[in-house]
Amino acid sequence: MIKRTLAWIDRRFPLTSFVQHSLVEYPTPRNLSYWWNFGSLAGIALVIQIVTGIFLAMHYKADVGMAFDSIQHIMRDVNYGWLIRFLHSSGASAFFAIIYIHMARTLYYGSYRAPRELMWWTGQGLLLLLMATAFFGYLLPWGQMSYWGAAVITNLFRATPFIGDYVVIWLRGDFQVGDATLTRFYALHFLFPFIIVGAVVVHLIALHTVKSSNPSGITLAAKDNIPFHPYFTIKDLYGLGVYLIVFSVFVFFLPDTLIMSSNNVPANPFQTPTHIVPEWYFLPFYAILRAVPDLAGGVVAMGLSVLIFAAMPFLDRSKIPGGARYRPFYRTMFYLFIVNILVLGYVGATTVTPGTALLGQFATVFYFSVFLLLPWVSIKEEKYLRARGLPAELETLIKDEETQKAEHRQKHKRRHS
Amino acid sequence: MSGSDSVENPQRRNFLGAITTVVGAGGVAAASFPFIHSMNPSKDVLAGGTTEVDISHIPPGGTHTVAWQGKPVFIVHRTPEEISKMQATVSLKDPEADEKRVQNPEWLVVVGICSHLGCVPNRNAEGWLCACHNSTYDNSGRILQGPAPKNLEVPPYKFVTANKILIG
Repeated sequence: MIKRTLAWIDRRFPLTSFVQHSLVEYPTPRNLSYWWNFGSLAGIALVIQIVTGIFLAMHYKADVGMAFDSIQHIMRDVNYGWLIRFLHSSGASAFFAIIYIHMARTLYYGSYRAPRELMWWTGQGLLLLLMATAFFGYLLPWGQMSYWGAAVITNLFRATPFIGDYVVIWLRGDFQVGDATLTRFYALHFLFPFIIVGAVVVHLIALHTVKSSNPSGITLAAKDNIPFHPYFTIKDLYGLGVYLIVFSVFVFFLPDTLIMSSNNVPANPFQTPTHIVPEWYFLPFYAILRAVPDLAGGVVAMGLSVLIFAAMPFLDRSKIPGGARYRPFYRTMFYLFIVNILVLGYVGATTVTPGTALLGQFATVFYFSVFLLLPWVSIKEEKYLRARGLPAELETLIKDEETQKAEHRQKHKRRHS
Repeated sequence: MSGSDSVENPQRRNFLGAITTVVGAGGVAAASFPFIHSMNPSKDVLAGGTTEVDISHIPPGGTHTVAWQGKPVFIVHRTPEEISKMQATVSLKDPEADEKRVQNPEWLVVVGICSHLGCVPNRNAEGWLCACHNSTYDNSGRILQGPAPKNLEVPPYKFVTANKILIG
């Protein structure tokens, strides 16, 4: 019965061949480590956010008079409303954590390099969409942090040349963050996840064209690929299990850890909280914004700090495969960059003192220096490594890849002659 | 599962695969319960499930409408003539004695939703007339004529005191 139904569908729609091609036989490098789990985890985090979000939307009211109370209604009156809300609020943080690890893996192993530039750039677009969605969503509880976060971020657009003040009013639909702002943020917060789903599809189509990168950094021979199912379905499921345990600890035992206590106070347009900080996932960028003592300069620096990742395929001039694994200078820079991000996060979370301000400015300069020095460092590094003789392991890898490329070229020629 | 033919003990592998699927399906089912339950009436809605009404201000012959579970409930203070007329008649469509529909003959309490398609009937001298499809009810809320199949529903209620009733 099932077989006949499937056959009926397959004559009209390539269901079986699609599943077979993209989920079962899809050739995956056998040497993927657990760092390659975070792509599928991000997909699951997205699904959790959409599902919990739709159920929250059934009870939430986007009106300045009702928004804050409707959250209390969800927490107290709606059956399991507390659970759905904590899944959604913790889920946002978890989503960012997964995406940042996913990005760090890509940077460490050099997965952004040819032929995966479009993976990196669609990923960059996804990051921007995620940030926008998180920002819109954070206004909805209409607490003090919600309100002032939205007020500050919309005010960033004052830096727009000539028409800045009008742009801010246009964004808010009001002279202050008000009812119009809340309603449009709600509409966009509902819309953006579905744009993200579309962008994820593009990301995945690109992935299935260029295939997964792997820790060795070279394109593996066919014999070194194994089918996605059952090897990586099981590995992804195992990773999902571990992830859900960690996630559940936050949802059930520490749900308030990442919610700022002052957001449990209803929004008050006449009183800014004395200590205002964004959510943890925006802290490093917030620190960069504060490091520049000029409105427009700070906004530009913050924008660049996110967008500069897109330049990585151009900035990295080295031909040595394997990312940080076989490149001591790149590896050092990677770790220094991670430490520097943590420093920026710390600076972003603390109140400004002359000391932290200076630290923030130093870390900001360092942040951009890492990117700007990369072309020079990567060329020097390659020369240094070749002069010293590459590690034997790496020599074999490069030779393997060259033989493969030669075979590929021959095949190509034969086909065309 | 590809390759299950080449393993040493395929039954064991199939069994493991089957119980993994069962545990996974159980997990998904358990996880979906809170979501499905969240769509049921919330606590504040359930709290609206009972309504207490002071009926002392309703004059004989007067009708008072209150909300119970979001539905209109008609409370009618019937006159002695109405009572004797109702006790003497029985409707044909959904036969029910008037005594069975009231706790105190002076007071009729019915849910004001037409048993046909859910409109709210309007009060008139005879009882009620539903404007949607012309169903008419008598002063006991019983269907006289029209497409409605049943009498107006009597909600669960009790007299807390002589002048106060609790619906629900």
